[in-house]
Amino acid sequence: MAITASRLLADHKVVFAGVGMPLLASAVARHRHAPHLTIVLEGGIIGTALLPGKLPISTNEMRAAYGAQMLTDITDIFLYAQRGFFDYGFLGAAQVDMYGNINTSVIGSMERPRVRLPGSGGANDIISLCNEVLIVTQHEPRRFVERVDFITSPGYLSGGDSRARAGLLTGRLGAVVTDLALLDFEPASRRMRLRGLQPGVSAAQVRAQTGFELLVSDEITELMPPSEEEIAIYRELRDGPVKVALEAS
Amino acid sequence: MERIPEMSRVLPKMDRARPEMNRARPKMDRAAGRPVLDKRMTAEAAVQLIRDGDHVAIGGTLYSRTPMALVFALLRQRRRHLTVSRPLACYEIELFLSTGALDRIVTSWVGIGLPWGLAPIFRHYVERGEVVYDEWSHLAMGLRYKAGAMGVPFLPSRTMLGSDLAVRLDLQDVTCPYTGKRLAAMPALNPDVALIHVHRADMFGNLQVDGYQHMDVDMARAARTVIVSAEQVVSPDEIAARPDQTMLPHFAVDAVVAAPYGAYPHECYGRYGPDLQHFDAYAAAAKQNGPAAGLRYVEQNVDAHADFAGFVAAAGPDRLAALAADAEELMAP
Repeated sequence: MAITASRLLADHKVVFAGVGMPLLASAVARHRHAPHLTIVLEGGIIGTALLPGKLPISTNEMRAAYGAQMLTDITDIFLYAQRGFFDYGFLGAAQVDMYGNINTSVIGSMERPRVRLPGSGGANDIISLCNEVLIVTQHEPRRFVERVDFITSPGYLSGGDSRARAGLLTGRLGAVVTDLALLDFEPASRRMRLRGLQPGVSAAQVRAQTGFELLVSDEITELMPPSEEEIAIYRELRDGPVKVALEAS
Repeated sequence: MERIPEMSRVLPKMDRARPEMNRARPKMDRAAGRPVLDKRMTAEAAVQLIRDGDHVAIGGTLYSRTPMALVFALLRQRRRHLTVSRPLACYEIELFLSTGALDRIVTSWVGIGLPWGLAPIFRHYVERGEVVYDEWSHLAMGLRYKAGAMGVPFLPSRTMLGSDLAVRLDLQDVTCPYTGKRLAAMPALNPDVALIHVHRADMFGNLQVDGYQHMDVDMARAARTVIVSAEQVVSPDEIAARPDQTMLPHFAVDAVVAAPYGAYPHECYGRYGPDLQHFDAYAAAAKQNGPAAGLRYVEQNVDAHADFAGFVAAAGPDRLAALAADAEELMAP
């Protein structure tokens, strides 16, 4: 999933990444096919290099700035986004709907939530202000719902031109990457659409794990399995350099 | 929801059901009037500047450069009916909740981080409706402090439009008088008190930090009272040797507290990393026992020590040295 997502990031672009899977995928891209990819984090960090095995948990901790080119403050980094400098915004999602709206606020009602989730953080800003938004998340019916309980971060709202009518004049939702599939949004209705399948996965399996009616592209590609090189880079970034002693044994 | 008498005395028109915005707060002009004095004092003396019902903004972000020495001193006082705002809030929010100090949280995110899961004590209070959580976007928090810092009632932005966050907060739009474009009007936030931790301060309150500034500058400039803790209190000459490093001038500061390891167990850029084991132990207890664990944490880590230095000393020299080594590794790429 992280590797599929990493392939969407082109060289010489600027990506505003959330922590966890988005950051890991961005780091893989930078270490493989996109050495000039500039990774930006909401703590105010531009061009972080990241220390393998010590990826940050928080975008505001020292780890996040390892090898960075510039540190500014938090508000400023989002204002770079608002100015249009960031090619990609890269997010995870607790709950996402057929129009790409994300909920990270509440399960149930806001007045009497069944589960109070942490909140937006920078997700609302990233999806509102970056030029192209990528979402990476596990493919499960409880995550892929027809309507989110609460729109924390606006995708295409109720479809069509509703996003633009709300005043969100920039930003398009490029892709949703999951462990099962690659999805995008049909240009007229702005509904989520199946574009590609992870190796060995069927369209029926994807539909079974999606809580709404999924549009299907005319052309569905089978996604390339991760190469050994990609897996090695991914593991080193996640776990740190492979210990020589371990390799020898 | 019933109005709380103490609160309506301090905050004349505040309605608990409405998001906290400056329209309920007439006073936003008290920025001047801080003489050039030796402002050094203990944390316990400094937090006497905070009253029941105040809005307290806490500097740093999540577990980075949190003014923990000041937070602990405030927890010890068991103030009531506070509002706390932060860019992203960590478990200090749960400590205020567990001791009955909080009426309202104003932030964009609450938790420690993904590995520790959802914040159980925060959930307990919010899901029962016992505390109000005004959820803003991260940039919105930044622009609210910035508007407060700039002395304007709002700042326009293209964020938060179309979201349920905006609906929930009754966030107003404005139309640009030049282009006709629709923008969100982020209301100024002028906290009663800002608590900030820095690397270096002189006795007058000239402040320098290394690394991230978070939202501290705007938060402090917006606040009516600014209390600062510092890893080191240095001479005015040392500040003047690097004026380009000064983040805030003395006339924006009311109190200076010397607090080595003053962000522990959170991190302080370049000095010490976060104590993740401490977080693990806290999170495990909170998951098991909810608010009782939060209260117990305060009793054991705040009340049981004469001051914050006692809490830091209890961590032991080995632990502190290891955290300093973590920081050193990250500073030398």
